[in-house]
Amino acid sequence: MTTLAFDASADPILERRRRIQSVASASLKRRKAYSKIAISICWAFLGIAIVPLIAVVAYVVVKGLPAWNTDFFTKVTEPEGIPGGGVWNAIVGTAEIGFFATLVTVPVGLLCGLFLAESDGRIAAAIRFAADVMTGVPSITIGIFGYIAIVKTTGHFSALAGAFAIGIIMLPVIMRAGETAIRGVPTHLSEAALALGARRATIARRVVVPAALPGIITGVLLAIARGLGETAPLLLTIFGNEYLQWNPTKPMAALPLVIYNNSSQPYADLLQVAWGAALLLMLVVLMLSIGSRVLAAVLQREKR
Amino acid sequence: MAISQTSLPGGAKRGGRFALPNGAYRALLAGVVAIFVGLVAWFLISLVVQARPAFSTLGFSWIVQKTWNPTHGQFGLLPFILGTIETTAIALVLAVPIGLGTALALAYLVPHRLRAGLSTAVELLAAVPSVVYGLWGLIVLAPLCREHLEPFLTSVFGWTGLFNGPNQGVGLLLAGIILFVMVLPTMVAISRDVLAVVPNEQVEGAMALGATRWQVLRKVVVPGARTGLLGGFTLATGRALGETVAVALVIGNTPFIAHSIKSPAATLPSLIVNNFGEATGTELSALFGAGLVLLVIGVAVNARILVRSTARGGAASVAVA
Repeated sequence: MTTLAFDASADPILERRRRIQSVASASLKRRKAYSKIAISICWAFLGIAIVPLIAVVAYVVVKGLPAWNTDFFTKVTEPEGIPGGGVWNAIVGTAEIGFFATLVTVPVGLLCGLFLAESDGRIAAAIRFAADVMTGVPSITIGIFGYIAIVKTTGHFSALAGAFAIGIIMLPVIMRAGETAIRGVPTHLSEAALALGARRATIARRVVVPAALPGIITGVLLAIARGLGETAPLLLTIFGNEYLQWNPTKPMAALPLVIYNNSSQPYADLLQVAWGAALLLMLVVLMLSIGSRVLAAVLQREKR
Repeated sequence: MAISQTSLPGGAKRGGRFALPNGAYRALLAGVVAIFVGLVAWFLISLVVQARPAFSTLGFSWIVQKTWNPTHGQFGLLPFILGTIETTAIALVLAVPIGLGTALALAYLVPHRLRAGLSTAVELLAAVPSVVYGLWGLIVLAPLCREHLEPFLTSVFGWTGLFNGPNQGVGLLLAGIILFVMVLPTMVAISRDVLAVVPNEQVEGAMALGATRWQVLRKVVVPGARTGLLGGFTLATGRALGETVAVALVIGNTPFIAHSIKSPAATLPSLIVNNFGEATGTELSALFGAGLVLLVIGVAVNARILVRSTARGGAASVAVA
């Protein structure tokens, strides 16, 4: 009786399995090495992205803080060579432009948002399209529009022309944010109100808008943050002013303009003011963005 | 609905001292929307009307002519159109891979504890005004660029011929870099959001099949988020094309076609903002025309994403922008 001499090396099936395993483990090693390289590139890109962004913020803080003193917030801008001087006129200008732009765009934007949220037709789609186009329009062209529409018609530069241009930038943002927030309100809320015999206007004012308030506030604050930082439209509409000016029908100063005009000047004191103004503007904008998040979170929690 | 009209005695009155009848309410909304539509129409029409003298004096070809020389009545826009496209291209070449890598890292690689914080920080940076980036670019980055980056790039890539000429700091390269830094937060914020919502089942399925981490990201996550990623890239392109002050501060502003990545140049927005103060007559009209060209380019870039977001009727990525 011959023994079944099992020669593993000769077995075709086992041989094939061994070959597959060796190929597979080589491929696994290659895939793992490849993966490691690619993942480290992602990490490296994260590093590359973070460095300049941190550098911008750090530079603005470090260079801007020394400019902050009482004069900076209370005096008006001085020409080069004259020490001291601040940006009080620019703070007034930015605040006033922001105020007028917000005053008009919030009600108009919210009513448009209500309309968009309540309608699903061709007209609504066309208006939605128009709002999205306007959101993407380069801000300088909106500055041109402000110039043509207000400055040319009235014959002079004015803060109201600036507020007009900034408002046109803010309006579509508020519209779409408002629509999104209002659409997020559960339909059973408004249906319940409808069943109780409430009119549409009552439902909007008493049910839908209060329920959508966190989203609306977030959208409005983000729109204001965006509007305050815009520079190009202001260059074509408010012109700038070295003196304090409260009258919105006159040329005014604004923080972005001070930064823009001073940054290309070869004078250290003007540059100092530019950094200080940049810090102030950046903080205001960041506060609005952070504030919008905090407020939305708080309102969200209260609703529960 | 007829039911909604019936008013219960006493009840309905309480709800609204200011409550309008439904018809009046709809009319109010329609009226306000009409204001918006009117504004948009006024915007487009006034731009076209004010730019028309340039077209009627110079013909349509002035858009692609090479010379900008107002004293000789030459208003060619080609250098500025090219400058706009070149700076945007430099910004995108940097921002697309780096933005995507950063977004992948933020969505999947960074430890869970840090993800929310880092993502919020990036979103906040997207709100920093562009003039601040411009100031930083001109004062901090321009000297660095002149002393270190440009000599280095010239020594490495000089053979391509793209880096001829003196190292000046300001120019196309710096403008592109500033745009890259500026659009990065927007791009990362949007990309991270769309990458993070790829269904977990798909990710886990790929892992169960033995895919490596990178294979999961490359073959499942990125393709799954493709539409959203393209939307983010488009938005970033639009911002880079239309950016005015940050570019005007760092590009050097010369009305010539650049022969090197290091040369000073100008873009359509920087042309408008630099010449607006002194321009009159045909030149002013030509500047309005430049705005019109910019508007057309911007809308054309955004067209694809616009059509989709509108058709869906849902939320566009407006909040981040």
